[in-house]
Amino acid sequence: MSLALYRIDDRLIHGQVVVGWGQPLDVSFIVLVDDEVSSSDWEQDLYRMGVPPQIEVIFASVEQAAAQLPTWEADARVGILLVGDIDTAVALAGCAPQVKRFNVGGVHHRTGRTERLRFVYLTDDEAAKLRQLAANGVDVTAQDVPTARAVPVGEFT
Amino acid sequence: MSELRGVIVSHAAVAQALVTAVTAITGIEGVLTPISNEGCGTEALGERLRQAVGAGPAVLFVDLPGGSCFTSSARYAKQGGAEIAVVTGVNLAMLLDFVFNRDITPAEAARRAVDAGGKAIRVTSS
Repeated sequence: MSLALYRIDDRLIHGQVVVGWGQPLDVSFIVLVDDEVSSSDWEQDLYRMGVPPQIEVIFASVEQAAAQLPTWEADARVGILLVGDIDTAVALAGCAPQVKRFNVGGVHHRTGRTERLRFVYLTDDEAAKLRQLAANGVDVTAQDVPTARAVPVGEFT
Repeated sequence: MSELRGVIVSHAAVAQALVTAVTAITGIEGVLTPISNEGCGTEALGERLRQAVGAGPAVLFVDLPGGSCFTSSARYAKQGGAEIAVVTGVNLAMLLDFVFNRDITPAEAARRAVDAGGKAIRVTSS
């Protein structure tokens, strides 16, 4: 079935991902792409604690993820791929042509960001990067939970 | 020993509701601080924790054993500097026990909370 969701979420693995998306998609594995987490055993243990034992959690750097994407896409199980920020999404899409879509699921307030949606705050630079990602052929939408409307990138950037 | 405080970290308004319930039952105020992850990224939740915990010592009562409330709390406990313990699966029973038993270390209070909270979970057959 492959990766059913490519998601940008600064909370990475949390309830909305594991339960909100994980249950309806019947997810069997989660790929967390983050250079920092992929090199920290302690952080990995922390994120694993939020996931039921039947769901496999895979940690990867951007480089490792780009190399492994064909394998994950060919997996018979359903998976979710997570990145924590827009730069990581852009970096992954730049070196992995298999990336055809990104769901902006949660980018929260920080200095310099303005509210675009209740769960999406972006700097102008981040908004421009998402528009460029879309211009490069990646389907970019914002949607926090499966029951919400997928908001096209043009409506929030 | 500085006075031990409790910080409840939850999704939505669960933490605030638990504090309200503890006060309604015991009349004790100012011991528990509620924090919600509503609208928070990791950074903002860490800041809320820093403000709530202060110089510590404290016990962080978290709603779920995973997710943003838990990861932020565990990370804060490791990096925050104050003497902090983290307990997951917060319920009213453990908080009621906590507010009356705070002359102990955070680690001891955390163990008490697991015991008191766990004993409150029962199946009652008709």
